[in-house]
Amino acid sequence: MTELATPPRPPRREFRNINAFTDLTTYRLPPAGIVSILHRVSGILMFLLLPFIIWMFDTSLSSDYSFARFKAAFNSGLGFVPGWFIKLVALALIWAYLHHFIAGLRHLWMDVSHAAVTKEFGHTSAMVTLALSILLTLVLGAKLFGLY
Amino acid sequence: MSVNYGSKRIVVGAHYGLRDWLSQRITGGLMALFTIILLAQLIFTRGPIGYDLWAGIFAAQWMKVLTFSVIAALLYHVWVGMRDVWMDYIQPVGIRLALQIFTIVWLVGCAGWAIQVLWKI
Repeated sequence: MTELATPPRPPRREFRNINAFTDLTTYRLPPAGIVSILHRVSGILMFLLLPFIIWMFDTSLSSDYSFARFKAAFNSGLGFVPGWFIKLVALALIWAYLHHFIAGLRHLWMDVSHAAVTKEFGHTSAMVTLALSILLTLVLGAKLFGLY
Repeated sequence: MSVNYGSKRIVVGAHYGLRDWLSQRITGGLMALFTIILLAQLIFTRGPIGYDLWAGIFAAQWMKVLTFSVIAALLYHVWVGMRDVWMDYIQPVGIRLALQIFTIVWLVGCAGWAIQVLWKI
């Protein structure tokens, strides 16, 4: 019988597959992780709203008449959908595009710069991504809802 | 064959390297460039943005060609991204295949519509 060189350590909590219902409330996600999951969420949102995006592309470009219809959809609604709801969906798209755009540039920067691949830079650039995307969304959202 | 793995891998080879990782970056970069070009044309203009100005931007042939390549880039970029999402979260092969087929149909349909709109102007 040989003895163990080091005494066994007390068991530590292991996170393998996290459970969405029991672990998410206690799982601490760093800013870089929040940016990462929001990159996915914003991508999926834009994928699902692609027909709405192309509808906007279509009606705003096809003719003078359809351009007026495009504007009217945001102001007085379209069919049974009220204008404020269309504006809200557009605002969600604005956020998704801004977040995906800025987080994408962050990815590209980390791909070309070794200096950018550090824990510190990952943290600060994630904070900048979150702050910038939310700030620009607020600025453009205020314009969309006619606050200025 | 010489060493073709790890850091010695040829990124322009078939079925790896350029295909997903790099092509998603290149298509993303192209779409970012398009965004900046479109925004610049809207920002450096005077007066309210009406139909004539908006349609005029896309009437130029170079803008049509650029927008067409952006639609193609979007198609591929989103395909890689959505396929990654299905591979990460959907384990049953049948459901994953069905979702991948849905993604292809959805994306090709949307791209066709967008291209048709582009050449109406």
